[in-house]
Amino acid sequence: MRVTHLNQYKVNTVLEKIKEPEVAKLVDRPNANALEHEAIYIFREVAAQFEKPVLLFSGGKDSITLVRLAQKAFWPAKIPFPLMHIDTGHNFPETIEFRDKMVEELGVELIVRNVQDSIDQGKVIEETGKYASRNMLQTTTLLDAIEEFKFDACIGGARRDEEKARAKERIFSVRDDFGQWDEKNQRPELFDMLNGQIEIGQNVRVFPISNWTELDVWSYIEKEDIEIPSIYFAHKRKTFLRDGLIWSAEDDIVFRSEDEEVQERMVRFRTVGDMSCTAAVESHANTIQKVVSEIRDSKISERGARIDDKRSEAAMEKRKQEGYF
Amino acid sequence: MEVLKIATAGSVDDGKSTLIGRLLYDTKSLTDDKLEAIEKTSRQKGYDYLDFSLATDGLVAEREQGITIDVAHIYFSTPKKSYIIADTPGHVEYTRNMVTGASTSQAAIILIDARKGVIEQTNRHFFINNLLRVKEVIVAINKMDLVDFSEERYNAIKSDFEQLMGKRDYVDQKITFVPISALKGDNVVSKSQNTPWYSGETILEHLEGLDLAAVSNVGTPRFPVQYVIRPKTEEFHDFRGFAGKVYGGELNAGDEVVVLPSMTQSRIKNIYFHDQEYRTAPRRSSVTITLEDEVNVSRGDMLVKVGDLPTVEKQLTATVSWMDSNSLVTGGKYVVQHGVNKVLAKVDAIEHKIHPDYSGIEENINALQMNDIAKVHLRLNKPIFYDRFKDHRTNGSFIILDGRTNNTAGVGFIN
Repeated sequence: MRVTHLNQYKVNTVLEKIKEPEVAKLVDRPNANALEHEAIYIFREVAAQFEKPVLLFSGGKDSITLVRLAQKAFWPAKIPFPLMHIDTGHNFPETIEFRDKMVEELGVELIVRNVQDSIDQGKVIEETGKYASRNMLQTTTLLDAIEEFKFDACIGGARRDEEKARAKERIFSVRDDFGQWDEKNQRPELFDMLNGQIEIGQNVRVFPISNWTELDVWSYIEKEDIEIPSIYFAHKRKTFLRDGLIWSAEDDIVFRSEDEEVQERMVRFRTVGDMSCTAAVESHANTIQKVVSEIRDSKISERGARIDDKRSEAAMEKRKQEGYF
Repeated sequence: MEVLKIATAGSVDDGKSTLIGRLLYDTKSLTDDKLEAIEKTSRQKGYDYLDFSLATDGLVAEREQGITIDVAHIYFSTPKKSYIIADTPGHVEYTRNMVTGASTSQAAIILIDARKGVIEQTNRHFFINNLLRVKEVIVAINKMDLVDFSEERYNAIKSDFEQLMGKRDYVDQKITFVPISALKGDNVVSKSQNTPWYSGETILEHLEGLDLAAVSNVGTPRFPVQYVIRPKTEEFHDFRGFAGKVYGGELNAGDEVVVLPSMTQSRIKNIYFHDQEYRTAPRRSSVTITLEDEVNVSRGDMLVKVGDLPTVEKQLTATVSWMDSNSLVTGGKYVVQHGVNKVLAKVDAIEHKIHPDYSGIEENINALQMNDIAKVHLRLNKPIFYDRFKDHRTNGSFIILDGRTNNTAGVGFIN
């Protein structure tokens, strides 16, 4: 992410006639993006209500957006909590490269915990077969890391428009000692008031961009000129087709049988999850403006290219109960 | 882009989920893969038509029972506005979810089944949206296709509802009637050929025409301090910024302000949003404010304009909507969270229970069960700085936390 300098900041408002001479230099008022103001409010509640928050960073556009919002919420102070990446070991190399560069520029602390370690310790068993993915295994690594650092609030980039079960998620979502989500017993959230009171051992998942849609995120990235990993833009990639979806064939991570033919296609990714469960879409959108207009006209939902949701009608709800992001 | 939040209310089978599905479908907000899933499931279940409720009923239990049991949020947009629908269930036992959904909405849609007309549930839906002072209410008289799009039927229901309106407390609430068939799409997004006698707007036309500033609740500016920003860096050595959200009205650089509870007076020096300085902090903006003088300010304090003080009191009377399975009891001790400020509270008395269907009150009450609404007297260990709910929706409301479970157990609207 670029460091925003004063002169780089875009202001669309017109200078009004100003009475007080001492503030004559100022533009009138900040933008009226209600979602941005809401997210900043939520970040500040996290910093005020919790002892040890952490921002769960995946290298995807949603968590990159979170980082920008956190910067805005606490300026001129630094973001008052670390970032944590649960690395499946199956990330797109572009994402990891991007992550490290961003962290260095921001000067924030990054914690990385690896799914590979959980596998080596025998805590989880690697899936096998055609649809093998490490996506589910992340949950164990995440819960262990929460316990290791005693995090009491984990900030994530989940949005309610992504998926039906997420549509029921609270902004402050309480998890028990086992990291579990009790969807039938959620705290009501009234007006702007957020209740972060918990017992020792519990933690709260916090979703500052709950009310954003995919298009809202992309429009924000465009307006704020936020740098994102290159795989979000159209590029040539060796791919193969399965179940009507396009999979990357550039690494050995996605299982490919011999009859699944490799072809070079112009593609981009709409989400950057674990490679083994993230399909690409055919696209020529190679700039942020083109991506935004592509999303605007899109006929397929964002998670339509995520095989992890297609396992069953209730796939996401089940994963969330178990402590998934 | 403007964002309008809408709460929906309807009884089981009034077709609420179908209406939402129809709004999504007709505004082309359902993507192909979602639509395919709906078609597939509808076919499997042997339906003759598309079951749009499948687009919104998110939890397994809901799909099994075919009902909505919690607040779900649904998003769609037109070139003009972004919409967030809080889909709240309509059964008696879920008053709490309706209150929750209405608390963040500027508009509400109340559904009535044209065959059944105004029923006891309708009274509750109206009562709650009126109690919460939702500015715009659309009464959607649904399933008109099943009463042959009868104008007489529509008018009869409308006049029954108008009877109900006579009992309301918040009389400035704007109410619009629309005859619809959510299933067939009449008057939801496009005008119906079947209701030539209806000259009004469709539901979407009405929503599109709402002026967001006009449907927002405006009062006097209140700035509850969320967080104090002290960078402690070389460059910003002495910076002390008060971070928070402005409610009710706007604040300007140079404004004379009072800090509550210390009653210290100062002047707004700078208003920051991120690294940029502004002249005005508009209503609902999350800004950082610095003051001219070195004043002791911490989380839970409030900045207000001089001459525009809220009530500062340790005792208050509120209409409480109880939401917890543990009852609220006279003499019970709780935590009151008023905005970002937390104080301890004791229930002095429950004056009376209010039947949320306009059927009157009940006295001699010692406890409130989940979904009860009552007038309650509370005593606090420290004063809070409040306005009456009817004057200020944000600064006139609070939540009640149960210290034993940490649950959000209720919400109060200050009288």
